[in-house]
Amino acid sequence: MIELSLKQLSSQLAGRKISSVELTQLYLDRIQQLNPEINAYITLNHALALAQAKAADQRIANNEASPLTGIPFAQKDIFCAKGWRTTCGSKMLENFIAPYDAHVIGKFNQAGAINLGKTNMDEFAMGSSNETSYFGKVQNPWDRTRVPGGSSGGTAAAVAARLCAAATGTDTGGSIRQPAALCGISGLKPTYGVVSRYGMIAFASSLDQAGPMGRSAEDLALMMNVMAGFDERDSTSLQREAEDYTRSLAQPLQGLRIGLPKEFFGEGLGADVGKAVEEAINQYKKLGATVVEISLPNSKLSVPAYYVLAPAEASSNLSRFDGVRYGYRAAEYSDLADMYEKTRAQGFGAEVKRRIMIGTYVLSHGYYDAYYLKAQKIRRLIAQDFVEAYKHCDVIMGPTSPSTAFKLGEKGDDPVQMYLSDIYTIAVNLAGLPGMSIPCGFGANNMPVGLQIIGNYFDEARMLNVAHQYQLATDWHQRAPQGI
Amino acid sequence: MSLTSDDVKKVARLARLAMTETEIQAAHAQMTGIFGLIEDMQAINTDGIEPMSHAQDLAQRLREDAVTETDQRELFQSVAPQVEKGLYLVPQVIE
Repeated sequence: MIELSLKQLSSQLAGRKISSVELTQLYLDRIQQLNPEINAYITLNHALALAQAKAADQRIANNEASPLTGIPFAQKDIFCAKGWRTTCGSKMLENFIAPYDAHVIGKFNQAGAINLGKTNMDEFAMGSSNETSYFGKVQNPWDRTRVPGGSSGGTAAAVAARLCAAATGTDTGGSIRQPAALCGISGLKPTYGVVSRYGMIAFASSLDQAGPMGRSAEDLALMMNVMAGFDERDSTSLQREAEDYTRSLAQPLQGLRIGLPKEFFGEGLGADVGKAVEEAINQYKKLGATVVEISLPNSKLSVPAYYVLAPAEASSNLSRFDGVRYGYRAAEYSDLADMYEKTRAQGFGAEVKRRIMIGTYVLSHGYYDAYYLKAQKIRRLIAQDFVEAYKHCDVIMGPTSPSTAFKLGEKGDDPVQMYLSDIYTIAVNLAGLPGMSIPCGFGANNMPVGLQIIGNYFDEARMLNVAHQYQLATDWHQRAPQGI
Repeated sequence: MSLTSDDVKKVARLARLAMTETEIQAAHAQMTGIFGLIEDMQAINTDGIEPMSHAQDLAQRLREDAVTETDQRELFQSVAPQVEKGLYLVPQVIE
């Protein structure tokens, strides 16, 4: 049952082969057995999950089911879910019970999906290894001594360990694609503005985007049908016609033009990752695609520009955590300023403080032009590189991450090394383009490798088609970690 | 650019983050490393390039100025650290 696709699960439920309550209980039992070590979930609530399952069974009995009704999902703990503790991986929100539903949560609820629990993540989504979570490290199910990636590391580990049918993530600089790659699953970051950010705790608002993470492109397409769409409560939500993201899954790839950015295959790329990606490209050629070399000359500047823009936006967004309206407040303080300073010093972890400091500095008097404005201009150059590239190709492919999953603790003390692990994903966020990662083999130490597929604006359905056709011809996405 | 530990102290104060002298020193070293990475930007000529503040070049949407929210004060204040009679309590700021 745990290996079935969303479509197959839906048909099992419709055919009364299993009830949603039974399916939910099956996952809750697995979580109870495996989560104490893997630590993919921060918060579980059996009563809420089983109540949803009961309601879903009723809906199925009434023949009112939609494609995700009764299927157990997990939600990244960055989404507010009414009545659920919502921590964003931070001590600051350790006891925060969300008073309302995020748009994404509301959409899954309307679809009759089950929320099994809230998944672990880097604190306020700042990290690439899930090690900055206040709620502890997450183990990579393929090798428990390695990181799952981040910031959606709990989601990636939960999907890989079959502790949910699929789950949600968010991606500001690679936080869906990089953990998907490191845990051998599929993940999609949509075009900026396609999924509403309402109720999604803000990190860097001009970059943050929610998306689905699952075991196959087909599963992601079904989730996109639920998650995407206009929401007036997010001022950056785009007013577009509703799409069926499954509509072109079956199209053949004959004539597809794949752009390979030469900058993504040079120095810094692990040989094992490069080899797996190259084999995936060969598979695409067999499926009828042609390959063209392209250049993204400014992509090397994406990391520096990102580490100005994202911290700047974060320093502003996180100013709301002041110990007054919600969240942690220091136990002892002398006056109001002291209360703010102690609350924030005790409530935030080291990486979050680091980014708030960088952001505050680059926005401070005398440095704005040299850093913030400069980074915004470079952001334009990076976006223009993609516009130029798409004159010559339909999709861009390359590695998602320069290496496979590294060891827990390996990069913990070196922020710069950690930041560089997102070198291939960040440019996509800066441009606002959709990007995805799908499993394409195994590298050193038998750890999964991810193939990144970058599409043009609003080309999610095409990218899902491109990923799905590969998954029909290969079985990397069906491999499961040992002992799972 | 060279960041001094006085700069770091000033930034910590602006960001409302209490930091000990040891933490200031550690932050100074790490921020210097990170700015080493960021400085790569300065090598690029960006004269005449329009800054890109957002992924979509769209104007901000407007809506009617109408009441859309219901009063949920009690629910929202139920997660506050300290409230009394519907008010958020903070340390006294005016004598």
